[in-house]
This record gives sequence, structure tokens and C-alpha cells, in this order.
Amino acid sequence: MEVSRHWRLRQQRYALVGEVCPHCDVKIFPPRDICPDCGREARTEYQFSGRGEVYSYTTVHDAPAGHEAYAPYTVAVIRLEEGPMVTAQLTDLGDQPIEIGTPVEMTTRKIGEDGERGMLVYAYKFRPVLRPA
Amino acid sequence: MREVAVLGAGQTPVGEHWDRTLVSLAGEAALEALRDAGLDRPDVLIVSNMLSGVGPGSQLNLGAQIADWCGLKGVEAFKIEAACGSGGAAFRAGVHAVGSGLVDLALVVGVEKMTQTPSTVTTAGLATAADADTEAAHGPSFIALNALIMRRYQHEYGWKHEDFGAFSVNAHANGALNPYARLQQPITHEDYREARMVCEPINLLDSSPIGDGAAAVILVPAERLVPGGGRPRVVVAGSGAATDSLAVHDRRDLLWLAAAERSARQAFAQAGVGPDEIDFFELHDAFSIMAALSLEACGFTERGQGPRLGLEGAILPSGRLPIATQGGLKARGHPVGATGVYQIVEVARQLWGAAGDNQLPEPRVGMAQNIGGSGATILTHILRIS
Repeated sequence: MEVSRHWRLRQQRYALVGEVCPHCDVKIFPPRDICPDCGREARTEYQFSGRGEVYSYTTVHDAPAGHEAYAPYTVAVIRLEEGPMVTAQLTDLGDQPIEIGTPVEMTTRKIGEDGERGMLVYAYKFRPVLRPA
Repeated sequence: MREVAVLGAGQTPVGEHWDRTLVSLAGEAALEALRDAGLDRPDVLIVSNMLSGVGPGSQLNLGAQIADWCGLKGVEAFKIEAACGSGGAAFRAGVHAVGSGLVDLALVVGVEKMTQTPSTVTTAGLATAADADTEAAHGPSFIALNALIMRRYQHEYGWKHEDFGAFSVNAHANGALNPYARLQQPITHEDYREARMVCEPINLLDSSPIGDGAAAVILVPAERLVPGGGRPRVVVAGSGAATDSLAVHDRRDLLWLAAAERSARQAFAQAGVGPDEIDFFELHDAFSIMAALSLEACGFTERGQGPRLGLEGAILPSGRLPIATQGGLKARGHPVGATGVYQIVEVARQLWGAAGDNQLPEPRVGMAQNIGGSGATILTHILRIS
């Protein structure tokens, strides 16, 4: 059971908190302290909006150990509207077909359990943006 | 740097070796390579492996364990790990060791034992090649990461799934003639189109099979080998290595293997050749999309045009750039940490004229490219007759 790992990641997983580079203004997610674009120090926190679109997606049927209970599930690469891409599961899909370019928004869901005592691990997933009826 | 030559090689069949331990597989390949080279003892044993430290019954410190098993007690030995690129990385470490003059005889052995754990554990082990916190924690299998790339690739360039079939058909045709291959059955284009979907758009026949196996080569200073004695002298003409972001989503361009381009350029520059002078290419076709991306990044075709080399027949043994000449990862099999050494063994045997039923007519320059993760660590080697 990796309590400190999940605690350490809580800001990015629960709230999509990343960084912004003070030198070149590139938005960074997940936080990494060094700007991947200009290579300089970037420790300024930045709150992402949680909105983005599907860049690519697939469905996992043969899940890795620890994820079997959730299979099948849809995994996507999301391009956040601020620029960075993230890998996350899609949820709340209903009957709606997913396509490349589908607008999505962040939500918080359980992504697994850690250890025999079943510590619940929560993180971001993304769902299609609700359209007005 | 001294020029480095490949003197001997050994390999076990790739398969489900339920009756064999990891060390016995490694030992068989290592001792065969020593015998093949006519040597008793190397100065250093470099092991490549990815998964021995993952899951139940895990074992590390493989260098000492395998050296002891081989009767090489006392020799310098250690392991190199770069996920599925471990074999290429270990081979390059051997080139460094001999090329620098620090040692004269290096034995590089790649070994993997994958069929003794349940498939979910193996799948989780393979996912350790991805970023633990931002990729693996969210549940994509290693296949899923490649599926994400392939779907976007098809979206951008308009290729249909069946356009990738030539990679698998060619690999299986060559694997059918390789007694060391995991899968020795030819397949048809119809088989490819109708194969079970595994992780859309990747189906079963886009995917390489895992397996148990070991492969080994001996590296020596080229100056010690007098040309003309027996088989041709094969030297390491170029060696390149580069990395990219571990997480696929962090790449500047998800559809371009930047580390393949960079490492291939290094190897081409060292060898003083370009893509047109490569006679055959053992590439990392873990999934058919990776074959396409590797061909593009190395400059064998233009961006987005990888599948065309398959459709035109250029990749066949009779084509202008034969690939996967012993079956590739797709049919020879993908014992992950050993794969990069299998590729080197296959290139050397082609150049020695010892490739059996898959022998190409008098090849002189061969290339191998080994990929760790879905593009994160990439090693490119060019071997040639000298």
C-alpha cells in the first residue's frame, strides 16, 4: 500500500493542478518543475479548467492486474484546452459514441483500490460535456 | 574508440519454456555464444532483462546469478534495463566496454521469462514500461497505449486497418522458416482481417506474442580478427541511442518516434551510410503501428507513409528493404528484455551467411532497432561486413 504516493498526487489527481512556466507561459501537466518547452525552472502552480477534447481513445478488455474489476473501460488521451495532453479513462458515456474531437470535461472518480485493506484511490476521469437539451 | 566486432552468437527458441528457469535459458544462449566464438571466458558478462524484478518470485542481481550458473565465477557481471529496449541497451554497453579498451571480450546475454505468471500480472509488468503515476495508474495496458497511437495515426493519414496487414503476413512467412521462432505458421491477409480484436484498432495479428527465451553475442576488438578466416568479419559500424518522454501523452508529436530518428541519425553518421545503403532491417514490430513509425523515423519512407512499404512489397525478403527476416517480434516472438539481443543475433547471422532458410542473397549492411516503452528509449545499431 503506497499511502504517501497517493497523498503526494492528490492535488493533480483531484483538482488538475499543474504548473505554468514563468518564462515562456507554457502550461504544464502533470507538474514537473522543469518546463518541457524551454527547460527552465517552472514551479508556479496553475489550475487547469478541466475542459478538453478526445485526441485518441481505445477500450481495454484485458486489464492489467489491479484494474480487472473495471474492465472493459475506455482509455483516452485528452488534449486539455490549455495545451497539455493527459491519459485518463472516459466515464458516463451512456449510449453516446465517442470520436476523436469529442469535447470532454474532468470529473473525479475511483480508479482503483490499493492494498488488502482496500484504500480507495480517486483521480480524474473525463466525461462528454453535457449539451443543453 | 576501437572498432568492435561480433564474433559469436547463441539463442534459444522463443516459447513457453515451463520446464526451464531464467538462468538456464540465459546460460544456454551464453554458453552457445562462447562455443560459437571459440572462447572459454569473457572479461565481462552484461545481462539484459526487463521483468525479473516484477511480480511474485522476483529475482534481481541477475549478473552474478547467471555468471555463476555458466561457470564464470569471479567475472564482472551486471544487468542493464530499459524496458523492451533492454537488449539493445545492453549490446551498446558491450560496444562501449570493448570499444573503450577497458575490456577485450564482452558477453551480452538477453533473457526473459514471461510465461510463469498469470497474464494479468504479465500485463501489469509490461505496463511498468509506461509512466506509473500518469499512465499506468489510469489503467491502459501496454497494448492500449499503442492502440491510442494507431487510432490517431489512422485518423491523421487515412490508412485503413487492413493496410497494415502486410507487416504481419511478411513476419509470419519469415517466422515459419525460423526454427527459433515462437510462431511458425504463415498467415494470410484474410486471417489478418478476421483476427480477434484485442484493443481497438489493434487486433491479435497486429500484436507480437510474449514468450520465454534468451539470446547472446560475443563482442571483441575488430583488430584481433584477421579477415579471411572462415565466416566474414562483422563489425559494429554504427551505434545510436536516444530517449523521448516516458509518457506517450507528453511527446511533442505522438505520431513521430523522435528517439528513433535521433538514434538512427547517430548510427547512420557513424557508419557513413544512409537509409538507401541498408540491405535489411530488423525493426521493433511489437505492434504493426510501431513497424510503420520506425520505418518513417529512420528515413526509409516519408512521414505517414509507413504502411506503403508493406503494400508495395518493399519489406519482403525479395524487396528493397527486407524487414523481420527471421519473423521479427511478431512471429519470432517478443521475450521483452531479450528481444534486442535476438535482433543483433539475427543481423549477424544474415551477414555471416548463417541465416538458414531465411538467408538473404549476400547482404553486407544490416540494421537493428530496439524500442523500450512505446517510443521512450530507442537503440539503433548498424552492422556490416568489413
